[in-house]
Amino acid sequence: MSKIFRSNEALVAVTIVLLSLVIGLNNPTFFSVGNLFDLLRSSIVIGIFAMGVLIVIISGGIDVSFTAIGVFALYSTTRILKEFMPDAPIWVGFMIAAAIGLGLGMINAFFIARFKLPTLIVTLGTLSMFHGFLLFAIGNQIIRDVPPAMDQFARSALVRIPLERGVANLHPAILITAAAALIVWLLLNFTMLGRGIYALGGSREAAERAGFNVPRIQYFIYSFVGLLSGVAGMTFGSLARQANPQDIVGMELNVIAAVVLGGAQLTGGRGTVIGTILGVLLVVIASNSLILIGVPAVWQRVVIGLIILIGTGLPAIQARRAAQGGMRSI
Amino acid sequence: MQESLRRNVFVRELLSENQTLRLFIITALIFVAFSLLLGERFFSVRNLQSMAVQFPEFGILAFAILITMLTGGIDLSIVGAANLSAIVAALILTRLSGDGGAGVPLAATIPLAMVAALAVASLCGLFNGFLVSRIGITPILATLGTGSLYTGLSYVITGGPAITTTQLAFIGNGTIAGVPIPVIVFIVLAIVFAVMLNRTSFGFNVYMLGTNPRAALFSGIHNERVLMRTYWLAGLVAGIAGIIFLARANSAKPDYGATFILLTVLIAILGGVRYTGGFGTVSGLVLSVLSIQFLSTGLNMLMLQLSGSSAAIFFRQFAWGALLLLVMVVNYYVEQRRQRST
Repeated sequence: MSKIFRSNEALVAVTIVLLSLVIGLNNPTFFSVGNLFDLLRSSIVIGIFAMGVLIVIISGGIDVSFTAIGVFALYSTTRILKEFMPDAPIWVGFMIAAAIGLGLGMINAFFIARFKLPTLIVTLGTLSMFHGFLLFAIGNQIIRDVPPAMDQFARSALVRIPLERGVANLHPAILITAAAALIVWLLLNFTMLGRGIYALGGSREAAERAGFNVPRIQYFIYSFVGLLSGVAGMTFGSLARQANPQDIVGMELNVIAAVVLGGAQLTGGRGTVIGTILGVLLVVIASNSLILIGVPAVWQRVVIGLIILIGTGLPAIQARRAAQGGMRSI
Repeated sequence: MQESLRRNVFVRELLSENQTLRLFIITALIFVAFSLLLGERFFSVRNLQSMAVQFPEFGILAFAILITMLTGGIDLSIVGAANLSAIVAALILTRLSGDGGAGVPLAATIPLAMVAALAVASLCGLFNGFLVSRIGITPILATLGTGSLYTGLSYVITGGPAITTTQLAFIGNGTIAGVPIPVIVFIVLAIVFAVMLNRTSFGFNVYMLGTNPRAALFSGIHNERVLMRTYWLAGLVAGIAGIIFLARANSAKPDYGATFILLTVLIAILGGVRYTGGFGTVSGLVLSVLSIQFLSTGLNMLMLQLSGSSAAIFFRQFAWGALLLLVMVVNYYVEQRRQRST
């Protein structure tokens, strides 16, 4: 019983329930279908990104370049679609964005795996490189007249519930997030590669001794994160019905906050898909709905900062306690 | 024959063990290359002066990255802490002595504003130190979190827009014996850090801790205390940078200097600071700051000349990232050569 309450997932779930109750009691619209769908819509992009970041953090690395990959893929894809195939269906756009993301992710992977460089510094560098290249060489103006397929996709709905005023739509892009979560869950729990990712996060040396090919695992991780980021970027643009080269970059911290809140740890090869989903929900509720209980929007960054510190601090304190307890029993 | 011999000697020195010499050659090469390429526009008193007032902003911040990286950590919150302290200083200056303020004489407000800025920055640094050394959070995540927290507090205080005050312009534009005051601050900090790292037991402990924390602990060094002081110093340095931001820009805002984190990390890596800790020198850092300033100005002039479009400013953003990766790859090969030769 106490073990359940000590797990991050339970803690985050309880926090979500309590926060929802507080917000809902102050403002009953919080519990409406419309608001629920809005929250889910806000979770779509951050959720896809989070699945990539989860894998990176489990493996003991950190990636801050994924937002640049996302906006790079979105903007380039929109330009390609507009110029060469304006009538292409939306899935072609997603394929192109995924391919661009994969390519950029492989650049990260190359530097990290081939030269054994620290992930933070490499991705700080590529963040600036990718975004700078996009703005310098591909374009720095907002594209508002997106191809018709993107426009159509933005308006589509998976579930349509008529309300007193207007209609509540659940966007089908939530299925992309669900698919990403499912793939990552299968990968982490049922494949040797997944074991390798956890082992690498636990201890690089131990993973190598156990026979894992660490560079190959890293190649996979950062390429896959690139691919997911490309898809996430394309999703973002399709929902916003525009491609703004200054969008998305700057979202890193919200995503990282969601992932560490969900229990993923930079040290020790921990983290679960369920925890990350809960983390995403809490971050989205916190940043969308705080205003409903009278917390002004300017506090958002403070809240994200605190979430990161709490998400990383609690496990650190627990680990320290456990270590001290162990010492005492000797 | 002799030509190739001379070239070999030159290349060997470029790759030699002596990192300071290597950096000095690189810095000089960059300077000469841009002087030849751009002529008068680069190599002129006016341009040298304009470069001299630009580099202290990020140059000062680089000391915060240096000291935290020496312990094997990093401080990603320095820009947030610098802006927060600049905002507190600006607030004191405008509320007490500005137009429609309380009418307190500037002679009293300016020292008060500076002390307050440094106090805020110290608190930021001590909080980072507490999280890293006492709670045990990885420095990357701890300072990512506090960076967001400090920037967030800046937004809460200002509500978004910049606070404008020209009352520190005498520092930003002033000179002593012809040397801009921000440059003097940078030089003083360089001397203080050089003495502290090379001549004090704290400096010795920092290198020990960065080389091998366990060995440091077993040799009687209080690692927690050293880390606490390291992050406090990084915060204090950020506060000094914040005052310079305010003095140079005549305004304080929450999102100033967004590129400075990348730039300072680049400076540290280019300057030979090892990201795993334990190795790095002040002289390397200073030379690295200078080369980055030469590159920054030179590249900007060159790109404007070549493309003529406003997109040229984005080229630098690309170049910093590419340069950071290039330097790390070169370091990798230099390290491999060194290991093979020993």
